[in-house]
Amino acid sequence: MAIEIKAPAFPESVADGTVATWHKKPGEAVKRDELIVDIETDKVVMEVLAEADGVIGEIIKGEGETVLSGEVLGVLNEGAAAAAPAPAAAAPAPAAAAAPAAAEDKILSPAARKIADEAGIDRNSIEGTGKGGRVTKEDAVAAASGKPAAAAPAAKAAAPAADAPVFAAGDRVEKRVPMTRLRAKVAQRLVEAQSTMAMLTTYNEVNMKPIMDLRAKYKDLFEKKHNGTRLGFMSFFVKAAVEALKRQPVVNASIDGNDIVYHGYQDIGVAVSSDRGLVVPVLRNAEFMSLAEIEAGIANFGRKAKEGKLTIEEMTGGTFTISNGGVFGSLLSSPIVNPPQSAILGMHKIQERPMAVNGQVVILPMMYLALSYDHRLLDGKEAVTFLVTIKELLEDPARLLLDI
Amino acid sequence: MSQKFDVVVIGAGPGGYVAAIRAAQLGMKTALIEKYIGKEGKLALGGTCLNVGCIPSKALLDSSYKFHEAHESFKLHGISTGEVKMDVPTMVARKDQIVKNLTGGVAALMKANGITVFEGHGKLLAGKQVEVSKADGSSEVLAAENVILASGSKPVEIPPAPVDQKIIVDSTGALDFQSVPGTLGVIGAGVIGLELGSVWARLGAKVTVLEAMDKFLAAADEQVAKEAQKILTKQGLDIRLGARVTGTEIKGEQVVVTFSDASGEQQLTFDKLIVAVGRRPVTTDLLAADSGVTLDERGFIFVDDFCATSVPGVYAIGDVVRGAMLAHKASEEGVMVAERIAGHKTQMNYDLIPSVIYTHPEIAWVGKTEQALKAEGVEVNVGVAPFAASGRAMAANDTAGFVKVIADAKTDRVLGVHVIGPSAAELVQQGAIAMEFGTSAEDLGMMVFAHPTLSESLHEAALAVNGHAIHVANRKKR
Repeated sequence: MAIEIKAPAFPESVADGTVATWHKKPGEAVKRDELIVDIETDKVVMEVLAEADGVIGEIIKGEGETVLSGEVLGVLNEGAAAAAPAPAAAAPAPAAAAAPAAAEDKILSPAARKIADEAGIDRNSIEGTGKGGRVTKEDAVAAASGKPAAAAPAAKAAAPAADAPVFAAGDRVEKRVPMTRLRAKVAQRLVEAQSTMAMLTTYNEVNMKPIMDLRAKYKDLFEKKHNGTRLGFMSFFVKAAVEALKRQPVVNASIDGNDIVYHGYQDIGVAVSSDRGLVVPVLRNAEFMSLAEIEAGIANFGRKAKEGKLTIEEMTGGTFTISNGGVFGSLLSSPIVNPPQSAILGMHKIQERPMAVNGQVVILPMMYLALSYDHRLLDGKEAVTFLVTIKELLEDPARLLLDI
Repeated sequence: MSQKFDVVVIGAGPGGYVAAIRAAQLGMKTALIEKYIGKEGKLALGGTCLNVGCIPSKALLDSSYKFHEAHESFKLHGISTGEVKMDVPTMVARKDQIVKNLTGGVAALMKANGITVFEGHGKLLAGKQVEVSKADGSSEVLAAENVILASGSKPVEIPPAPVDQKIIVDSTGALDFQSVPGTLGVIGAGVIGLELGSVWARLGAKVTVLEAMDKFLAAADEQVAKEAQKILTKQGLDIRLGARVTGTEIKGEQVVVTFSDASGEQQLTFDKLIVAVGRRPVTTDLLAADSGVTLDERGFIFVDDFCATSVPGVYAIGDVVRGAMLAHKASEEGVMVAERIAGHKTQMNYDLIPSVIYTHPEIAWVGKTEQALKAEGVEVNVGVAPFAASGRAMAANDTAGFVKVIADAKTDRVLGVHVIGPSAAELVQQGAIAMEFGTSAEDLGMMVFAHPTLSESLHEAALAVNGHAIHVANRKKR
């Protein structure tokens, strides 16, 4: 099947770009996610990756030619040298080695080799849950008995979001559409979260005017200084969250059996909505990231989510999550905690409301904040204090600078 | 103008000096603070382990074991000697030389890695500043990006037996006797008490060990502890369990110890008494009131899984924090912290830290004991291979003890390896490496082990787990 190789969607302020370097020639084999061509714009060089395994066909736009956002650059002929496809990027697998390249030989323990051979199973087809993806005896036993030990068997590329059924006028029939892997996994985890945790939500509201003023004043300078990265709201929220987590490490902790695991780092998950559903890529060590780095990181995730390019590593872990329902217009909601984390911050729509300030009625841009948390670990006092800390940091950003 | 460092380490023991070396390797400007003055009257790095712990005790254990072998076993091999004598000052001097070599070695490593060593008492102030107080009364304040507290531990003191380092000694004093005591009392049948008791027992002392607990070596697998008690008692150690020391009285050159056990109150007189009832973390004058670092309820510095304290940028490792008080645990924590400071996501596996008791036979283990697994409700299969069945052990005239492998009954994954016998520590390390990769007993049974070796007994024990050991009669299941 012929796939069009297209220029990516350019950032708003960029009109066109130039084909900088073709890394592959016509006739050359390419694997999925391999780099094919670089497109240079005023602001940044963007990479175009292969959407599937295959062979480069025709090149339509050569090096040095001008291209518009989304324009077709060439053709990729799918299949040909394709090896077994990597599993769906969406299904979070237990071990980091959930994407084995089938061409490589897996490492099996001696007993695993014996069991695989006795059961007539291809050694390389067994999912390894051991260190570094090694196949343990348990994995082989599970594969031999037909049920997967822990990880689901390698799936084909994720199916597109289930088509919403279209009913002709006058229809009263039902249409059954199986859940996509992503949907099923998300469903499972959400139910798990609700039934395992003692989950509840505390609410507060924040006056967004100080941040909005800050943005208005500095957004052009910010964009100029940071190579086109725009100053949004999320970076402030991430920063405030990181600061609050540092002050109350228990919110950054998780329950593991009978232990409380205090994580010495803040990996902040940012919930992103993609065509396929909700994904939560993680900003690693957000405590060391500047506002610009956070904004760039989130923008990067957003782009990757849209293109379906988020890796499993990018979506696992996380010690705390921020979810923003405001982009769709939600005024107030109670997010579900992302296990094994212990809390999640929900942001909402900024809405101008009349507020009482020093006895006067002032119109302020307000946002409701929600913090859903695991009461097994956090008491009301800690959760409320944490949310209040975030509110205070956001309403007076100087506090972030002064660490008060 | 105070000197500024990327990493300041307080304490140059196996935790501190290793952390300093790793930090320096990762390109960080590192300082190490230590105050211990060695026997030569100079600053001695290496902490308790090198100076008055692991290393000197092993030197004495080996020397005394050689004497024991010459005295008891040479004739079995056909070797006849005149009267075998032990010159204690020479033995102790050899130990001191080894300590000197090693502490000198650590000092050389500091130079080679460009680590600045400060001689003095280190104290953490607020804002990650560290004050170094020197012996001459002067002091200096260092500014640090990161601080690693590695102040270690010291012997616990008990009021009924105050240590004078002459007749009533702690482990440090017990390493420096200049002659073999005629009678030796040891309070505490833990690792340190048994090791030190063994040294002098082999050289002819009549040793009595007074242990307050009713259970012997409670942390070890019960089957191993039982075997150990039997063998050590046969070696001449008089082990009294449930014996609580209530008082001591120095009478001339001896000490009268009053204790009570199941038979009531009793008294015994010894030439020397070793107090080895445990060790406690050293935090005296380590933390300024406003440093921000918190202690837990047992007096250890509170840290998370990655040894970070309650103050960002301040870490604590080794005996001063929770976990097994072992030099290798401290060292690996030191490496972990140095790497995490550098931004790596290093973690440590606290579940596979081997423990060793250097008596003879040596006792070692890694993973869980059978009694712990039973208490957790885990069904297990156990394989035991006695060294009496090992050709290598017979040739070495060292056949006491066994290798025990415990595996999950459902998955066959090895959950614990316990050894009492020759080279126990080395065999257990093999088990630990395999367990790190999720080995099953069957896997170990399928690997080729050299013959004739002591390691083979690990192989046999693994086979025994599933009932098909070759050189040991397999127990019929049920």
